[in-house]
Amino acid sequence: MKLYNGGKIITGLVIFLGIFLAPLAYNAGKAAYSQPKLKMPENEKECIESKEFMRTKHMQLLNDWRDASLRDGTRVYVNSKGKEFEMSLQKTCMKCHTNKAEFCDKCHNDAAVVPYCWDCHIQPEGLKK
Amino acid sequence: MNAIFSLILVLALVVVATLGAGAAKMQTIFAYCIPGTAFVIFLVGFTCKIIGWAKRPVPFRIPTTGGQQQSLDWIPQNKWDNPSTGPQTVMRMLLEVLAFRSLFRNTKVVLKHDDGKNPIVAYVSAKWLWLFAILFHYSFLIIAVRHMRLFLQPVPFVIQAVDFGDSILQILTPTIYITDVLLLTGVGFLLARRFFDAKVRYISLVNDYFPLFLILGIALSGVYMRYIAKVDVMGIKDVVMGLVTFNFKVPAGIDVSFYVHLFLVSSLLAYFPFSKLMHMGGVFLSPTRNMPNDTRIHHHENPWNNPAVKPHSYEAYEDDFRAPMHEAGLPLDKSPEEAA
Repeated sequence: MKLYNGGKIITGLVIFLGIFLAPLAYNAGKAAYSQPKLKMPENEKECIESKEFMRTKHMQLLNDWRDASLRDGTRVYVNSKGKEFEMSLQKTCMKCHTNKAEFCDKCHNDAAVVPYCWDCHIQPEGLKK
Repeated sequence: MNAIFSLILVLALVVVATLGAGAAKMQTIFAYCIPGTAFVIFLVGFTCKIIGWAKRPVPFRIPTTGGQQQSLDWIPQNKWDNPSTGPQTVMRMLLEVLAFRSLFRNTKVVLKHDDGKNPIVAYVSAKWLWLFAILFHYSFLIIAVRHMRLFLQPVPFVIQAVDFGDSILQILTPTIYITDVLLLTGVGFLLARRFFDAKVRYISLVNDYFPLFLILGIALSGVYMRYIAKVDVMGIKDVVMGLVTFNFKVPAGIDVSFYVHLFLVSSLLAYFPFSKLMHMGGVFLSPTRNMPNDTRIHHHENPWNNPAVKPHSYEAYEDDFRAPMHEAGLPLDKSPEEAA
C-alpha cells in the first residue's frame, strides 16, 4: 500500500481521531458517573409541585414567578392541588432548600448551567461555599 | 421530488425513533447500541475514506488558481492566493478551512445594459452563500463543543465559558442559544437556495437534500427538547456519561424527543463517511488549495509513469519514420540526405 503524502495525512487522521476520542480519554479511569445527590429538606416531604415537574420545569416556574410578582404584582401561586404559596424565591423556595451549594449548584454545575437568579437575589450569608 | 423524498426519509427516521424508543420501549437500544455503532461507523468509515484518497497518486500541480504567481522580482506575487512555498500554502489552507475564502469569491452572472441599452454580461459578487455557510458551520461547531457538557465530568471551564457566551442574551427560559438561531437560519438559507434558485434546484440530488433535512431535523428536535419538552438534562447526562465511560444503565424518565434527537444524530454519523459531508476531511486534500505553485522550480515526476517506458524524443521519432514522412511530403528537421 503506497500512500502519497502519507506522513501528513496520517498526522491529520491522528488529530481527527484524537479530537473525537477525547471525551473517552477525559473520562477514562474515573468512577462511573451518577447523578448528584441533593440535600433534601428534613421537615418537608413535598415540593410545591410534583418531583417530575420540578425536575424539568422549575426554571419555567421561577421565570413565571418573577414576571408575575415583579411585573404584574401577583404574589400568590396556586399549585395543581389548589394550595396557595407566596411567589418568592427567598421566602418560599429557600425556606426549605436553604443551601444553594448543596441543592441548586449540584446539578447546575454538572450541566454547566449558570442561572441568573443570583444577579439580583442575594445568596443567604453563612451558606456561601 | 428529490427534496420530498429526502424529507420523507428524515421523517421516517423520526417515526422509527418515536416508535422504537417510545411505543416499543427499546430505550437501551436507542440510547446505547445505535449511537455506539454509528460512532464506530463514523470513525472507521472516515479513516478508510481518507486512506483510500491518500492512495491516489498526486497529480501535476494545478497552477490555475487566482492571483499573480511568483515571477520576476519586480512583479508582486499574491502569496496567499498563489503560494510558491510551504508556509504560504499553509496560509492559503488556513484561510480556506477557517474563512471559506473560495466561497467568498463566489460570483453570479447578471445581464446588464450600458447607456446605449446594449446588453452586457457581467459577473457580480455574491456573498450570501459564503455568509450563511460560515454562520452554519461555526454554529454547528459551537453547538458540538457545548454538547460536551454532557460528555465530560467535571465540565471543563472552556465548555462552561462557551455555554455561557452562547446563552448570554438571557432571552426566555431556558435561555436561547445564539447558535441555535444562527444554525437554523443557515440551514434554512442553504435549503431555500436549493428550492428557489432554478439553476441550483436543477442540479440538486437526494444526497444534497438529505443531509440538509437531517441536520434541520437534528436542530429542530434539539430545540424542541430544550424549549418545549423541557427534558430531564441530568437524566440525559447519566445516559451520555454511561455511553462514554462504558457504564451502561437502563435509562428512565427521559422524554422520547431525546431518543429522536439521538437517533437522527446517529443517522448523521453513520451516513457521514459515505456522503458529501466528507468535505470535512476532503477540504484538506483539495489539489487546487494544498499544493504550492512551484512547477517552474521543481521537476514533477509523474507518479503513474511506467519506468519500463523510456522517453522517446521527436528526433528519435523522426529517425524511425524519416523515409515514409519524406515520401508523404512532411517537413523534416533532417532530410534523408542529411541523416545518412
